[in-house]
Amino acid sequence: MIVETEGLTKRYGSATVLSGLDLKVAEGSVLALLGPNGAGKTTTIRILSTLTRPDGGAAQVCGFDVVREAAAVRGVISLTGQYAAVDEEQTGRENLVMIARLRGFARPAARARALELLERFDLADAADRRVRTYSGGMRRRLDLAMSLVARPRLLFLDEPTTGLDPVSRTTMWDAIGDLVRDGVTIFLTTQYLEEADRLADRIVVLHNGGVVADGTADALKNSVGGTRLDLTFSCAEDALRAQAVTGGVADGVTLSVPSDGSAVHLHRVLDDLLTAGVGVLRVSTHRPTLDDVFTSLTAVAA
Amino acid sequence: MTASLTMIGRSIRLSRRNFDLVIMAIVLPVLMMALFVYVFGGAISSTQSYVDYVVPGILVLCTGYGATSTAMSVTDDMKKGVVDRFRSMPISGFSVLTGHVVASVARNALATFAVVLVALLMGFRPAASLAGWVLAMGLLLLYVLALSWLAAGFGVVARSVESASLLGFFMLFIPYLSSAFVPVETMPSFLRAVSEHQPITPVIETVRALLNDQPVTSGWLALVWSGGLLVAAFGWATWLFGRINRR
Repeated sequence: MIVETEGLTKRYGSATVLSGLDLKVAEGSVLALLGPNGAGKTTTIRILSTLTRPDGGAAQVCGFDVVREAAAVRGVISLTGQYAAVDEEQTGRENLVMIARLRGFARPAARARALELLERFDLADAADRRVRTYSGGMRRRLDLAMSLVARPRLLFLDEPTTGLDPVSRTTMWDAIGDLVRDGVTIFLTTQYLEEADRLADRIVVLHNGGVVADGTADALKNSVGGTRLDLTFSCAEDALRAQAVTGGVADGVTLSVPSDGSAVHLHRVLDDLLTAGVGVLRVSTHRPTLDDVFTSLTAVAA
Repeated sequence: MTASLTMIGRSIRLSRRNFDLVIMAIVLPVLMMALFVYVFGGAISSTQSYVDYVVPGILVLCTGYGATSTAMSVTDDMKKGVVDRFRSMPISGFSVLTGHVVASVARNALATFAVVLVALLMGFRPAASLAGWVLAMGLLLLYVLALSWLAAGFGVVARSVESASLLGFFMLFIPYLSSAFVPVETMPSFLRAVSEHQPITPVIETVRALLNDQPVTSGWLALVWSGGLLVAAFGWATWLFGRINRR
């Protein structure tokens, strides 16, 4: 396990941000910490990257204790925070060379590493422009490149695409995907279910400082039930009459019927309704999204 | 060591490219001096030529004020998440703060040079020997270094860049309660008591005596104040930096 926490707690004044968090992350995997604002995602990352001390419990990163062996932890991790931590008045190249020098690269090696990363993150053309002139997407890519200078074993990404436009977001996702193929373990937080679905092997849903769900995207989707049919009728009375025939939940002119998603089941539902003389206007099949998971989990926990 | 040098290089590069800092460090001192020499200078009489009297005071005031810009650059780094990045890397808090402090000292050395140059054009005629100059500049350097570390500490605890800049107002104001612009004998007794016993007065008196080739009476006092402040401020700032993780 590259990350292991046990009963991690953190309070700010009277507000409990983490209440006994237990988490294990396998090396080489991608874990997404999902949760609404204030769920404790950033606090978890800050504790694991040695920026904040926990009030209770223990956490180990690469086998080092985050409080007692903070320096050792810092040697094997990198952090890309919520806001691009780049120097506006330095150029992209200067930012990268600076990090390389701080990570102990000799001057020529630092320059070579900076160039390599500029090319890899498609920033070579803007290398000698001040970061002030960069777009939001370019800043995030530079920020990510700065985190990769020393080839970390574990990379923390705190909301890596918040505030980015759809194109820049896809570019970031591709860049993160490349890292996964290189074998870097990634621990990310996000509010976007789509992001977690796309990037992560495993999703941990955090709510009110604790884990409310843990599993693959598919497992989580299955946990809130499988596919359902949404039938639309011309009036609410029809929906209720249909409910008496097929079961399910009527809501206004629509009726949701649990389904296995097969054509046979769809046929049977429609045939039954035809026999009962209830006219169906439209049918759609609905596979649960992570949004459904999220909504149901956080609603239950609240 | 490499980390500290890299951080120093970064801070100096950032100061060079930040026009506001350059203005604050150089133009403000020169304007202050022109104000005191030309506007107040006629009304304030002194046995010695007022230019010779006031220039050392201006030097101390401006370097003190300039040093406080360290607080703003440290707070800016804290708020932008840059400090978080550095703190998640295997480098010491000392090197992060050292970058800002050394850049501050460099900015102020430049400002001091500019003020002295303009002062000479305005008729400042110091009688100091080379040794007097070296000692005066050495004391100023120690004073700026101490105040820069103090400012770095304030920068760590300040809640915003705006509140960090408040330190600058204090540093701009406190020297008026000293012998910088008028001899303390001219002040009401309670102000005089404050002025005579605050740390800036011996520094100004010593720099003035050295530059004007007069007997130095408060040299040790100035050295003890500045050196003591440096040790305390350095300890305080690095201690605070080490405790950021408790927040």
